[in-house]
Amino acid sequence: MKAMRIKDHNELFQEQEYLEQFARKREFEDPWPAEKVKEIAEWTKTEEYKELNFKRKNIKINPAKACQPLGAIFCSSGFAGTMPFVQGAQGCAAYFRSHLNRHFKEPFAAISTSMTEDAAVFGGLNNMLEGLENAYKLYSPKMIAVCTTCMAEVIGDDLNSYIRTAREKDLIPKDLPVPFAHTPSFVGSYLNGYDNMMKGILSSITPGKKGEPNGNINIIPGFDTYTGNYRELKRLLDIMDVKHTILADVSDIFDSPNTGEYKLYPGGTPLADAMDSINATATVALQRYSTAKTMDYIQKEWSQKVFVLPPIGIKNTDSFFEEISRVTGKTVPREIWDERGRAVDAMIDSHPYVHGKRFALVGDPDLLLGLISFIMEMGGVPVHIVCTNGDKTFEEEANRMLAESPFGSEAKVYAGKDMWHLRSLLFTEPVDLLIGNSYAKFLWRDTGTPLIRIGFPLFDRHHLHRYPVIGYQGVLNLVNWVVNTVLDEMDRKTINTTSFDVIR
Amino acid sequence: MRQIAVYGKGGIGKSTTTQNTVAGLSQAGYKCMIVGCDPKADATRLILHAKAQTTVMDLARERGTVEDLEVGEVLLTGFNGIRCAESGGPEPGVGCAGRGVITAINFLEENGAYDADTDFVFYDVLGDVVCGGFAMPMREGKAKEIYIVTSGEMMAMYAANNISRGILKYAQSGGVRLGGLICNSRKTDKEYELISELAKKLGTQLIHFVPRDNQVQRAELRRMTVIEYSPEHPQAEEYRILAKKIADNRDLVIPTPISMDELEQLLMDFGIMESEEAVA
Repeated sequence: MKAMRIKDHNELFQEQEYLEQFARKREFEDPWPAEKVKEIAEWTKTEEYKELNFKRKNIKINPAKACQPLGAIFCSSGFAGTMPFVQGAQGCAAYFRSHLNRHFKEPFAAISTSMTEDAAVFGGLNNMLEGLENAYKLYSPKMIAVCTTCMAEVIGDDLNSYIRTAREKDLIPKDLPVPFAHTPSFVGSYLNGYDNMMKGILSSITPGKKGEPNGNINIIPGFDTYTGNYRELKRLLDIMDVKHTILADVSDIFDSPNTGEYKLYPGGTPLADAMDSINATATVALQRYSTAKTMDYIQKEWSQKVFVLPPIGIKNTDSFFEEISRVTGKTVPREIWDERGRAVDAMIDSHPYVHGKRFALVGDPDLLLGLISFIMEMGGVPVHIVCTNGDKTFEEEANRMLAESPFGSEAKVYAGKDMWHLRSLLFTEPVDLLIGNSYAKFLWRDTGTPLIRIGFPLFDRHHLHRYPVIGYQGVLNLVNWVVNTVLDEMDRKTINTTSFDVIR
Repeated sequence: MRQIAVYGKGGIGKSTTTQNTVAGLSQAGYKCMIVGCDPKADATRLILHAKAQTTVMDLARERGTVEDLEVGEVLLTGFNGIRCAESGGPEPGVGCAGRGVITAINFLEENGAYDADTDFVFYDVLGDVVCGGFAMPMREGKAKEIYIVTSGEMMAMYAANNISRGILKYAQSGGVRLGGLICNSRKTDKEYELISELAKKLGTQLIHFVPRDNQVQRAELRRMTVIEYSPEHPQAEEYRILAKKIADNRDLVIPTPISMDELEQLLMDFGIMESEEAVA
């Protein structure tokens, strides 16, 4: 059979017919003359423009974040048999789903209560009742996790009483867990949504489950979109013989085997394990900024020891294993030390190419902190650090860390700023490398700074989320991505010179 | 067609004043319509002789969507051919009443409730301007003319000033103007002088001083305007005068709201509130 030959947009839109059509369209649009556009484009590269740009108050341009309910449904999907349920308009749920589809290249199921104008006026009670009833009948979930959107929050829908009403009317079984979280899209980011939903779920399913200590360690990865991280975490804890419960394990949801059969609930943390998490020895969060409320709840309500141990980079991973070993009394086996040795060896191999390289980074706070630590371990120099969903606490934490290393002295942390701010910085104070998500490719296009894709979302490169960035294996992947971007760039720059070499 | 919105502090007598004024206008031969913008739906009771006919939102709730409504179902005719509609709204404590007002007004507009031979449309708006929904009558070139009902009581004056701030906001982006203050007398000290001065400070006029008279309550008990119940009573004449003044009014201004300090100073100047030094 011959492969089908279909012209895609790359080819099609370069044909004469289309080129003429675009030209006619431009005439109709009556745009500014090309020279003027060029002149303004040049002006946006200046120091003067940068200062104006940083005075900007009323608009965000290309922010590196998305809204709360996205984090909430991501979190709830990691519990087995759980249906994420969005009290809001269909478009909201569609947007969250497509965002996740595009990153993971996997299907993602979530319910919308399809709120319209009438719901906005009268409140969304009926939408919630019908939604819960339908969701239960059609999809037989073991748990329905409810979150909200802008509309439901502005009109003040009372989830707690709505869900109680649904039970009283026997639309859903009395014992079906229906945790909920208020997740206004216009407050915070998916980090807060994740945190609110995790707290909502745990505070809904664990009461009354306090019993004998189970000797487990709970691990809350936070809003972590690397499925490879979850698998790596489980592998490491198994090697260490540490009994653990991951809250919530999304790895099989967003990286499920293709067996030819679609599964609505392809995996996740078993509910029985999640309910028993109240009896664990300790809870360890791998992110601070997406788990703050949850960890506070666990510490106060469960009286459990809590730790925040983000294992990105050598030093952080060392601390992770030290603490886990201290808390569980298990020793870190030889196998893991060997992995550490290999990671350090890889860093030394590539060190000459990364040492002194200047970096700009944009992304979520916990990932940024891990990457900053790793880059400084490699002798790299973080310069611009932009964190749209970061706050004062993040800024202080990042600055403390930067102050501990001579490589951190040039860095400036910009919490609450966006990628258009970063664009200005990349023009006025250029750097060698840029780390960010797929939206940072516009910065690569405009400034030519080579982009290393780490973060969320990654829409335009495949499979990156399958590779861990945590642990010593994660260090290997980070070294790989960073140094090989440097080397690609070196080849590109030396292409017709005597320095174009086969050995690097 | 002139579209007029009546604002003022809750309980100040907006609905009574509006309905009596509209009754006066209709007697003078104008074709009038009242749109009640309050979930309580009591802005047309005196014209229709019954409270809360079927509101736009009631029917929308029943049918599930506002699109299934016919305008004839919610637009009723009362005293002297005055047409009345009520937006209605959600039960207290749920949903969004402001959005209900927006939905109802859009519905009436899109379905031709405002026909060409209507001379006056009056919007009777709940309490203060509390959110974008209740400012709806001022938005997008709907009501271009606002009257504020007030009295010599401090909080009523405070509300009047606050509403002026809302008008100022929409005056800058649209064509909305303040037509004047209507003083619905509470028989407070120096009330006429005080409200005249407040009007001057706001850059507008005291268009009419409506004296307090129990005849209004007697008529209301019978679900009627004074004009219908006792057309010969002097109070009926007051409303007819107000109606004529509004019909003839060309004095439409962008208001100049004052600060809380200025408002307090005004009360001190009229000897109603003692200054702090005097108290000391």
